[in-house]
Amino acid sequence: MSIIAPTDIDGVVAAIEAARDARTPLAVRGNGSKDGLLRPVQAGQTLSTAGLAGISLYSPQELILTAGAGTTMAEIAAAVAAKGQHVIAEPPDFSALYGTAVPQTLGGVVAANLSGPRRVMWGATRDHVMGVVAVNGRGERIHSGGRVLKNVTGLDLCKLLTGSFGTLAVITDISLKVLPAPERRGTLVLKGLSPERAVAALSRALGSPYAVSGAAYLPAAMAARVPVLAWFGDSVTLVRIEDFAPAVAYRMERLKADLAEFGAAELLDDGASVAAWASVRDVAPMVAEQGAIWRVSVRPSAGPAVAAALERAFGAAWFMDWGGGLLWVAGPATEEAHDAVIRAAGVGTFMLVRAPEALRAAVAVVPAENAVLSRISRNVKSAFDPDGILNPGRLVAGG
Amino acid sequence: MIAQPEPKQDVLAKRDSIVAGLRALVPGSGVIAEAIRLKPYETDGLSAYRQIPLAVVLPETTEQVAAVMAFCHREGVRVVPRGAGTSLSGGALPMADAVVLGLMRMNRILDIDYGDRCAVVQAGVTNIGITQAVQAEGFFYAPDPSSQLACMIGGNVNMNSGGAHCLRYGVTANNLLGLRVVTVAGEVLDIGGAHLDAAGYDWLGLLTGSEGQLAVVTEVTVRILRSPEGARAMLAAFKSNEIAGACVDAIIGSGIIPVALEFMDRPAIHACEAFAHAGYPLDAEAMLIIEVEGSITEQDYYLDRIREICNRFDPVSLKVSQSAEESLAIWKGRKGAFGAVGRISPDYLCMDGTIPTSRLADVLGRIGEMSAAYGLQVANIFHAGDGNLHPLIMFDANDPASFRKAEDFGADILKLCVEVGGCLTGEHGVGVEKRDLMGVQFSEIELDQQRRVKSAFDPGWLLNPSKVFPLKPGVAAAA
Repeated sequence: MSIIAPTDIDGVVAAIEAARDARTPLAVRGNGSKDGLLRPVQAGQTLSTAGLAGISLYSPQELILTAGAGTTMAEIAAAVAAKGQHVIAEPPDFSALYGTAVPQTLGGVVAANLSGPRRVMWGATRDHVMGVVAVNGRGERIHSGGRVLKNVTGLDLCKLLTGSFGTLAVITDISLKVLPAPERRGTLVLKGLSPERAVAALSRALGSPYAVSGAAYLPAAMAARVPVLAWFGDSVTLVRIEDFAPAVAYRMERLKADLAEFGAAELLDDGASVAAWASVRDVAPMVAEQGAIWRVSVRPSAGPAVAAALERAFGAAWFMDWGGGLLWVAGPATEEAHDAVIRAAGVGTFMLVRAPEALRAAVAVVPAENAVLSRISRNVKSAFDPDGILNPGRLVAGG
Repeated sequence: MIAQPEPKQDVLAKRDSIVAGLRALVPGSGVIAEAIRLKPYETDGLSAYRQIPLAVVLPETTEQVAAVMAFCHREGVRVVPRGAGTSLSGGALPMADAVVLGLMRMNRILDIDYGDRCAVVQAGVTNIGITQAVQAEGFFYAPDPSSQLACMIGGNVNMNSGGAHCLRYGVTANNLLGLRVVTVAGEVLDIGGAHLDAAGYDWLGLLTGSEGQLAVVTEVTVRILRSPEGARAMLAAFKSNEIAGACVDAIIGSGIIPVALEFMDRPAIHACEAFAHAGYPLDAEAMLIIEVEGSITEQDYYLDRIREICNRFDPVSLKVSQSAEESLAIWKGRKGAFGAVGRISPDYLCMDGTIPTSRLADVLGRIGEMSAAYGLQVANIFHAGDGNLHPLIMFDANDPASFRKAEDFGADILKLCVEVGGCLTGEHGVGVEKRDLMGVQFSEIELDQQRRVKSAFDPGWLLNPSKVFPLKPGVAAAA
C-alpha cells in the first residue's frame, strides 16, 4: 500500500481531495507506532502525517507549545525539558508493547487521547489540547480552539477530534498546554496488600490534600517484572507525589502517617520513582504477555471486582492505575475472553489495545453505542467525512 | 436589539394548545403562561436584550424533560434551556415562539461518593451547592465562576464555566465525569459515568460548552477534590502594566503555578478600593493578587519565592498575607469588582476575551486608546495566568447612543483579542452577544462545520436557536 506523506497542509488537502474523487479510503496515521490499536483499516492508501513535523511555537511563560502532528513526542519532551517543563498527561509509549521501534508522534497521541498515570490528578491529553488545525473528509481546513489556555468560542471540536482516531479529520497542527516539571518526585510503597485494601489505600491517598499524581497497584507477579519494584517480592501499592523538594518530603511523611493502617510504607527516591512510573505508564509488565491486552476504565472502587471477574473468566494477568479505575488486562486473544472483558467493564469503558488482526476485525474494540448515540455518531461522522474516506472501520465496523 | 429570526407564525397561532399540552406533561405550577409571570424569564445576565417567551416549563425529573422535548419536537416548537439565568452572553435569551425549559426545580444532589471522589447532581443544583454538600468531609467542587452563589451546574456545563482558580484546577470540562442528557427528540442518553476517559468519540467534551445547542443536560457527574490544607494570598503592585506582565512571566517561568493569579489595572484598582477599602495601592498602575495553597510551611516556601521574584520588578507595594483574614482582605476588592464598577457607572458591559499573556501590556495600551476615542471609561480585570481578560466598559443605558458605543467598543476589544492570537470568549460563551462576531475568529467553512455538528444532534434547529452561530439564510430560516 502506497504511503502519501505531505510536508504541509496543502499536501493533506490535495491527498484528501484526490482520495475523495477516486472514492479510495485513506488509512490515516503518523508513524504507525499504534497501528495495532483498535480495528484494522481497509484502505487503498495510507496518508501519513509524519512529514508535518516541527515545533512552530513554544512559549514557556504562556505554558503553550504548537507543533505539527508529525513531530515526535521525543522531540517535544526534549524541547520542554530544556525549559524545565513537561507534557502534563504523561502519555505512554507503547513501542515495547507493540514491538515496534518507530517513535510515536504528537498527532498519534492526540488522535488516540492517550494519557498516563498523572491523568488521575492532572487530566487527560484531551484536557490539554488547546487548539487543533485539521483537514476534514471534504478536504476543508478547519481550526478549533487556539493557542490560549481558556477558550469557549464555538463548539469544542478540539475535544471531539482528540481521541477520534483520525476518523473525522486529519489533524495537522496541535497546540498543547504544558506545565513546569516538578523539581522532585517521590513514591510511597505499601507492600503485600490485597487488591481491595490497595484500592482503599489509594482512595485515601487521592482523597488527601497532598496532590497525589500517581496511584497504582501491581500484583506480585506484575511487580516482579519491574526492576525497581521486584525486590519487594510482593504486591506493591504505589503513591506518587511530584512538586518542589520540600513539599515532596513533607507530603510523603504525612501520607506515610495517614496510611499507617495499611502497613509500614517504604519510599522510592526520585530516580526509582521515575523508573517505576515509566513502567506503569508504558504497561511494561505486560510486554512479555502473549495474547491480547485490554485497557478497562471503571469507577475506581470497582477495580478489584473487575480484576477478580477476569481472573475467574480466563486467568487474566492485570494491574491497576488511576487509583483502581484503570485496569490493564492480559489474556487469550479470543472472542470469549473479549466478551468477558465487555461484561466485566459493565457501565465503564474498555479498549482492545493489542490483539492479532483477526480478533481486532471481529469484535467491538470499544463499547458499542446504543441506537440513539450511534445515530448521532453516524451523523457526526458524515458532518466531517460524508464519503467515509478517513480511517473507515478504525473505531467501529462500517463506521 | 439584536436581530432574531422571524417567529414561527404557526407556533404562535397554536399557543393555547401548546400550553395545554405542556400542562398535561408537567402538572401543577410547572407551566407558566401568564404574561406577568413570564416577565422574569424575558432576559438573563445580559439584561440589555429582552424577549418574552411563548411559555415557560419547569420540569422536576429527567422523564418530564424528555416528555417536554418529545412534545415540542413533535409540534415543531423551539426550546431555550435555562438554568439560573446568569449568562453574561445572553445564552438563555428567549424567542417569542420558544418554550423556555427551566431546570431550576431539578435541584437535588443524587449521590456523593467520597471514595471514588465524585458526585451526581441534577442540573439545577447551584455551583456553590455542590461544594456546600461535600465541604463537611473536606471536599470541594473546583470551578468557581463569579456567579457561583446563583449559577447552576447545568448552565456551567453548557457554558464550560471557568473561575479565578482554573489556572490550577481547570475549567468545567476538566472536572466532569458524566452527563445525563435529553436529545431534541426526547431521548435520554447517559454519557460517561464515574469512570475516566470513555473510549469512542468524546461526547462529554463536545457537549461541554455547547451552549444548549446539542442537547438538554439534566444530570451531571462531577469530580470532587479534597480541599487543600490552606491557602494564602499576596498582593504586589507595580509601576506599569508592562512590568506587572513581566513579573507574571517570571513567576510562571520559575516553575511555580499559583492557584490564582489576578491582574487589575489602575482604573480597576481605584474602583475596587473606593468600594471595598481593601487597602489597595492607589499609586500603582497595575496590581497582582497571587494565591498559593498547601500547608503553612509550603505556603511560606512558595510565597517567599514569589516575593523574591516580585522584588526584582521594583514593586510599588508588596503585601504577603499572614492569615486567612488578611487573605480575605486582599481578595475583598477583587471579588467586589463588579459592584465597584457599578458604583461609579450606572451600567457596564463585562467583556471576556482571551489573549496570549505576552501581549497583555500591548493590548491594555490599545484598549486605553480606544477608551479615549469612544469617550467611555474601562477598567480591566485579567486572569493573568491563563490570559482571560475582562474589560468592564462603563456606559449609560438610558442613553441609546452610549449603549451603542459601548457595544462597538466591546466588539473592537474582542476583534483585538483575536488579532493578537486569542479568542472572543474565555468563559462567558458566545450566546447572542458575540454571535455576529464569530466570523472574526472562524471562516465560513469552519462555521459550517460547526453548524453540521449541531445538525447532527438537532436536525431541525429547535434547540436554543439564534445563539452561537451567525444567522444564515437557509440554515436559521429552515429552523
